[in-house]
Amino acid sequence: MNEVMLEVARSMYENMVRIRITEERVAAAVEAGEIGTPCHLYIGQEAVAAGVCAALSRDDYVWGGHRSHGHFIAKGGDLRSMVAEIFGRQTGCCQGRGGSMHLFASEVGVLGTVPLVAATIPLAAGAAMAAKLRGESRVSVSFFGDGAVEEGQTHETMNLAALYKLPVLFVCENNLYASHMGLLERRANDNIHQIASIHGMPGVSIDGNDALAVYEAAMVAADRARCGDGPSLLECRTFRWRGHVGASWDIDVGVRRKNELDEWLPRDPIPRLRAWLIRKGCSLQALELMDERIEDEVADAFEFARTSPFPDSAELSKHVFRETQGTD
Amino acid sequence: MRMLSYADAIREAHAQLLASDARVFVVGQGLWSPWYVGSSMRDLDTEFGRHRIIDSPVSESAITGTAIGAAIAGMRPIVVHPRMDFMLLATDAVVNQAANWSYMFAGQAGAPVVIRAIVNRGGEQGAQHSQALHAIFAHIPGLKVVMPATPYDAKGLLISAVYDGNPVVYIDDRWLYDQTADVPEEQYQVPIGKGAVRTHGEDITIVGISYAAAKAVEAAVTLHEKGIDAEVIDLRSIKPWDSELVISSIKRTGRLLVTDIGWRSGGIAAEIIATAAESALDAMIAPPARVTLPDVPAPTSKSLETSYYFGADEIAAAAEQLVVHGRTHLSEVAQ
Repeated sequence: MNEVMLEVARSMYENMVRIRITEERVAAAVEAGEIGTPCHLYIGQEAVAAGVCAALSRDDYVWGGHRSHGHFIAKGGDLRSMVAEIFGRQTGCCQGRGGSMHLFASEVGVLGTVPLVAATIPLAAGAAMAAKLRGESRVSVSFFGDGAVEEGQTHETMNLAALYKLPVLFVCENNLYASHMGLLERRANDNIHQIASIHGMPGVSIDGNDALAVYEAAMVAADRARCGDGPSLLECRTFRWRGHVGASWDIDVGVRRKNELDEWLPRDPIPRLRAWLIRKGCSLQALELMDERIEDEVADAFEFARTSPFPDSAELSKHVFRETQGTD
Repeated sequence: MRMLSYADAIREAHAQLLASDARVFVVGQGLWSPWYVGSSMRDLDTEFGRHRIIDSPVSESAITGTAIGAAIAGMRPIVVHPRMDFMLLATDAVVNQAANWSYMFAGQAGAPVVIRAIVNRGGEQGAQHSQALHAIFAHIPGLKVVMPATPYDAKGLLISAVYDGNPVVYIDDRWLYDQTADVPEEQYQVPIGKGAVRTHGEDITIVGISYAAAKAVEAAVTLHEKGIDAEVIDLRSIKPWDSELVISSIKRTGRLLVTDIGWRSGGIAAEIIATAAESALDAMIAPPARVTLPDVPAPTSKSLETSYYFGADEIAAAAEQLVVHGRTHLSEVAQ
């Protein structure tokens, strides 16, 4: 244990708390009818985004899916701009054209999150190819769910990325459900990490609620990618607490059993990392101060969103095409 | 004068782009093959290296998505689909991703990718080796679609497509590959969205697309011998398309015939005729007509192929009927 690791853990904890508080507030605003865009909440999975992004630099690329508030926050995206986007405001990161499912923060390497399942897997490989062709040491990370492993282009891309030794990390957040369908209702085997070896890359299965384990696996994969040795697959096993979409818990609608959630709630990744930090000498008071500061930061972001203007309807067709000049 | 074939003009555009811009690379199936893409990529892999001319796995979806991801990350890739039919496997990447990227992210990032799709018809190849699917892509907001009919445009439109900054579907037709014409040596652009008048005339406006534009030029010669002066417009870009040029021509000739290498229903010819009806109905002295493929999959047997595809004779006959009788029987038959 060294001071660097402690600092990484503190930073992961901060991001996990930031994600949790933001998502709880998003859920409340959804229930209150303030948010119309479909929101897929990340509560319960925070250690995956925080652990992987802690292993990345600002320049590294991140791509996500429909459930990507956590990825945006963990990579360092501006919280005000994300919340404003979810509220459909002009000040949002996509000026009200994206909503919850399309997030963007190129200043910190978030090149796009989109809800078409598995869509950003080849895009992430392409950004990795760009980095490789330019001789950069950047890595490109694709976050996706267990459902995306059932898409054909996931396998096409894994083969291609391994063949060309592209610096890409395939991060599967296996939260055991694709929408309403349990893993073993959709797969013959519970073996996602094993598809890696078939495609010619290392694959590991990790406790996705253990931020430190996720971080360490992501460091290994990122180092490998930066050395030119190609892609890796990380299967991070976790559980989303809320329902597939919206603020509900999907328990009263016959989709999931309550005892399954009851098993996962005690594995909450945030108290787990908090306990570790305290064991390693962080003061409880310092962590509580951090929590309070984040509460204020999130409250400010929601205030900013609520008081921001909506997009001008006269600009409906703006941005269909980009205007460029010459050979730029 | 420097005569170059359509295929060699495409090759020269690739070579000049690769030589002048490190962001450009090409990926697709068959790029190292002597037959997949005719001579349009000949020896580019030895000239520029196989890291920039990538002959890919049989994974249309992944290679197209990869190219789009590279474009979003600052490169200017060209994806090649040697048969447009196979490109349907990459539809998510093109339609859901590339086309929407600028809008979804408020223009902060785009997908400046060129998707080169080759139409490769005839030769008894049949339903899955022959399709011209441009109308599908022209329907999508955020995509541009260009279809050069001459060697000059084949080169200039590819260069424009790479530098457009938006996703451009560039469609070339193997039936045009041997056509030769004067092509300048320098790297030049042909503006996307601008048509070209190939022959001037006062009797009828014939709007042609891709190979059909080349055939319309031949038809105009036949028509001229019969005393009919046709104005042939090669549309060159079908999204956006040059409605200003077409409408102003119709206002002079009073007649419109559209000919397209695609099918009839929901096709580009229908879009052009609808726009003409909205904007120039008062000027029209005959109902508009179209010469397209019938709504039938491509057959194989020679006897069926012969009645499926059309050429200059069918275009000339339809135009003559419009001018002489005020209507064409051909379009009724094609229904």
